Amino acid sequence: MNLFLIFISAAVVNNFVLSYFLGICPFVGVSRKVSSAVSMGLAVIFVMAISSVFTWLIYHLILVPFNMEILEYVSFILVIASLVQLVEMFIRKVSKPLYDTLGIYLPLITTNCAILGLALFSVLREYNFIESLVFGLGAGAGFTLALVIMAGIREELDMAPVPKYFQGAAITMIVAGALALAFMGFAGLISI
Amino acid sequence: MAKKQISIWQEIVKGLWRENPVLATLLGLCPTLAVTNTAVNGLAMGLATSFVLLSSSLFISSLRNFIPHQVRIASYIVIIATFVTVADRFLAGFFPAISQSLGPYVPLIVVNCLILGRQEAFSSKNKISRSLLDGIGMGLGFSLVLIALGMVRELLGSGSIFGITLLGEWFEPWMVMILPPGAFLTLGFFIAIANWINDRRATA
Repeated sequence: MNLFLIFISAAVVNNFVLSYFLGICPFVGVSRKVSSAVSMGLAVIFVMAISSVFTWLIYHLILVPFNMEILEYVSFILVIASLVQLVEMFIRKVSKPLYDTLGIYLPLITTNCAILGLALFSVLREYNFIESLVFGLGAGAGFTLALVIMAGIREELDMAPVPKYFQGAAITMIVAGALALAFMGFAGLISI
Repeated sequence: MAKKQISIWQEIVKGLWRENPVLATLLGLCPTLAVTNTAVNGLAMGLATSFVLLSSSLFISSLRNFIPHQVRIASYIVIIATFVTVADRFLAGFFPAISQSLGPYVPLIVVNCLILGRQEAFSSKNKISRSLLDGIGMGLGFSLVLIALGMVRELLGSGSIFGITLLGEWFEPWMVMILPPGAFLTLGFFIAIANWINDRRATA
């Protein structure tokens, strides 16, 4: 039950994009079309699940025993960057169709603050191994959800008469604000 | 000589408006939105980011001839992460309350695309003095937008600025402004206003 709560909380209640503002860059950049939003979302879920496992292992098996918590940020970002590179090479070898779908989005993920944020939050909340993994999956699902909804709205928005000065980034922010407002409705669901 | 003076001045000024990291190039949005619920938080985040930006610009620009091209991004990130650790420890040591309220957003400066973007686009190609000026301008532009966002949100959300109550009893705080949706809405209006000003300048 506890694991389920962590998943739901990361996916909807405390959505990474809409209430923690993590991963705003791809949220604004890759939300023009639903199809690319789905691919990006899948790539993020994938990397989040793997990196939550690896950063947990690094933190609890290497940094803590040697009292090197101060190197937390440096080692996390290095792990994430090299992991993304590895995942990219692995997918290219194993599955060509998957690589074609996720390909160009994978390198972008390195600078996605949601991945590092995820690692930092799991350390902060003292999640154990399984909890970190579930937290990663939930956060990835939440990111995908927000991205796909946003892409759906923006496809419609292309046809809408947006006031001149609000076109582009400004209207995207306003729409995101409305979405965040809607997601706040989930807050009563559970509190963490 | 006179020409050079102007261009040095422009190096700083461009970060304030024309290439403002938040309003014009939309870089570093994550901390911009997350910590601007009060003006103090905006100021602290602005200063922390400027510190990291300046130090890593200085460092990377002086090492620009030694870092191999293939591993440059990785080296930049390690340098940035080191300075972020310094900033984080400093805040935790001297300003525990601010460090508490900024939470994980201080370490997240590592992945602030503004900093990496400036290193890649500017410091890796320019002299140390130029990179420093660029860092000052960008840091200042970023901080000013953060403080402005923080002031607007704090004023509407709790009726005060920098913790000083400005609006009296009659004012019903707009709770939503200090919550996540308020951040998106305020930034949306900021960008629209910036567009409007640019448009008026272009036609004038």
